[in-house]
Amino acid sequence: MSHACMCSSPNEEELYPLVDQVIEKYRGNPKELITVLHRIQKLFDYLPRQALEKVSDGLGMSLNEIHGVASFYSFFSMVPKGRHSIKVCLGTACYVKGGQKIVEHLEKKLAVHVGGTTQDRRFSLDEVRCIGACGLAPAVLVNDDVYAKVEPDKVEEILSKYE
Amino acid sequence: MKSWRAQVLVCAGAGCVSSGCAGVYNAIVEKIKEHGLSEEVRVIETGCLGSCNMGPLALVNPEGILYMKLTPADAGDIVLQHLVQGQPVERLMYKDPATGKAIAKMEDIDFFKLQQKIVLRNCGLIDPKNIDDYLERDGYKALEKVLLNMSPEEVIETLINSGLRGRGGAGFPTGLKWKFTHQAAKTPKYVVCNADEGDPGAFMDRSVIEGDPHSVLEAMAIAGYTIGANQGYVYIRAEYPLAIERLTWAIDQARERNYLGKNIFGSGFDFDINIKIGAGAFVCGEETALLASIEGKRGEPRPRPPFPAVEGLFGCPTLINNVETYANIPAIILNGADWFARFGTEKSKGTKVFALAGSIENTGLVEVPMGTPLYDLVYKIGGGLKKDKKFKAAQTGGPSGGCIPEKYINIPVDYESLAQIGAIVGSGGLIITDEDTCIVDFARFFMEFTQNESCGKCPPCRIGTKRILEILIRITQGRGKEEDLDRLRELCYNIKDTALCGLGQTAPNPVLTTLKYFEDEYLEHIRDKRCRANVCKRLTKKAGVKISN
Repeated sequence: MSHACMCSSPNEEELYPLVDQVIEKYRGNPKELITVLHRIQKLFDYLPRQALEKVSDGLGMSLNEIHGVASFYSFFSMVPKGRHSIKVCLGTACYVKGGQKIVEHLEKKLAVHVGGTTQDRRFSLDEVRCIGACGLAPAVLVNDDVYAKVEPDKVEEILSKYE
Repeated sequence: MKSWRAQVLVCAGAGCVSSGCAGVYNAIVEKIKEHGLSEEVRVIETGCLGSCNMGPLALVNPEGILYMKLTPADAGDIVLQHLVQGQPVERLMYKDPATGKAIAKMEDIDFFKLQQKIVLRNCGLIDPKNIDDYLERDGYKALEKVLLNMSPEEVIETLINSGLRGRGGAGFPTGLKWKFTHQAAKTPKYVVCNADEGDPGAFMDRSVIEGDPHSVLEAMAIAGYTIGANQGYVYIRAEYPLAIERLTWAIDQARERNYLGKNIFGSGFDFDINIKIGAGAFVCGEETALLASIEGKRGEPRPRPPFPAVEGLFGCPTLINNVETYANIPAIILNGADWFARFGTEKSKGTKVFALAGSIENTGLVEVPMGTPLYDLVYKIGGGLKKDKKFKAAQTGGPSGGCIPEKYINIPVDYESLAQIGAIVGSGGLIITDEDTCIVDFARFFMEFTQNESCGKCPPCRIGTKRILEILIRITQGRGKEEDLDRLRELCYNIKDTALCGLGQTAPNPVLTTLKYFEDEYLEHIRDKRCRANVCKRLTKKAGVKISN
């Protein structure tokens, strides 16, 4: 298993003033923690520790509490993800229609396990629980694009659209 | 409002979006311009028409002609042949599977003919981004009626008489819930809409919000007036970006026109709604967990009582209803309790929206009166199983529901009838499986889901579901023992009786119903090391051949 470099890139540094702006809006209001985490993840595509430290100061709650909330929800990631996120739907309809085969095919193709990121950080692979495209199962989500009735041999064509 | 000679409604539900409806819409708009029809033909992107597998779809009104499986290249024929020359395009119409004949009108197609639309009354007919479309279909008239002419008690009485029950799964009488929250003394109070549609295989709430968001907002404002609240929240899944976008627009438009805000309809009543976005936790569909999540905490449930009606959001009395429940309410207020109570069965009134999926011909979203036989849903509306496949089970109610075997194919689908055979209506997911589904593996799939999504707060759910899953995995790997079946049943009943919240209490249902109706398939796995569906890889498909581990 590869470990991507965890230190913040120069691009990330430029985002911190925006973090301050987000926090300023909700200063001292722990009830808005999930909203704040959503905004920060939108900026970085994950939740960097340095940003969470700022949240801790700004909302007036311990880093422990924040970690407890962030780790509870599958939407939040505390490690950097790939440039493109692949999410294979494994809701019931997709499962019945062969979603698991798509997962296995992608794991082989990308040489990562579910939850992992390719070494070149091009793709992250995850499973999701029902994106509500049940009538078009099996479905795969790449970033915000939904691909319907996906067959293993269509996978390559889909991936080639994302650099 | 401007009157149009014709309207082309292009379905832009999430299903059709993924089938590429945007290209079709643009091509039609382009062709309309080319032929100089922009002033007489209106093209709109509308909410889900329901038949997702036929998408991208377009409905041409006033004739009601439905075109399916469109590509941008078809736009030319629709505009020239149909809209200019008045000749509907037969090759793009639905073909009757029995006769092969084209059926022009949407209302003549079996999939639509047998439906009764109350919740989905506007879905597929209006532009969800345009409040004027909603207003034209009596939008916000129910709110006006309530604010100017009805007392909160009268609203509650109407709801109780209508017989409406919660559509999120539990089926609690909605009028009573409103009554309890109305009676709570403490203030402030809150109105919450549960749009955390977490059941895999269910997408009715998503479609209502994407296709008709104002009906939910209007109902929430009615609820606010009735229980005495001035603030509402919609808790919606982060997995539904399109629904979030359309809901945000709808709230902005409603504020602009003062259907939300201060002194609505000059009645002195103030009400506003905010959106709270979930973050991917199934348990947040449970009401106490949902409230914790709105408060910015881990979404863990807590014991009830106190019920949210007494002590809910921020410790204050809170009314929580599901999206589909709310969407019924403006129609009930305008048409009356008796009108609504005419639909459905004695104890299950009204209609239910089902998400039809799995191994059937017509997948998509359908709304039928409560008590409609399962047979009609699967064979008449659903068009039967995929070619050459044989019905195995209908799975209702997601991970909390059960598998209905063929011998109950004629069962009326309502709260009471399904409960009698161990299944539930639930939120309305209806997945049809054929002989390619291994029933033991299917039970394992659901148990893996609940085990993953268990919040871990109470031991019966945290540990019990783990033990069930281990046994099921063992059986699917050919390492099961006959006594495992009794152990499974015992575990299931213990979890049902002792888990803290609805997620845990219902988690064993998929195992219990499959054990009840498909025990022979479990035994085949255990005794013969055989998986007749050929899903469990370490077992053999044929009878009588044993493999060693």
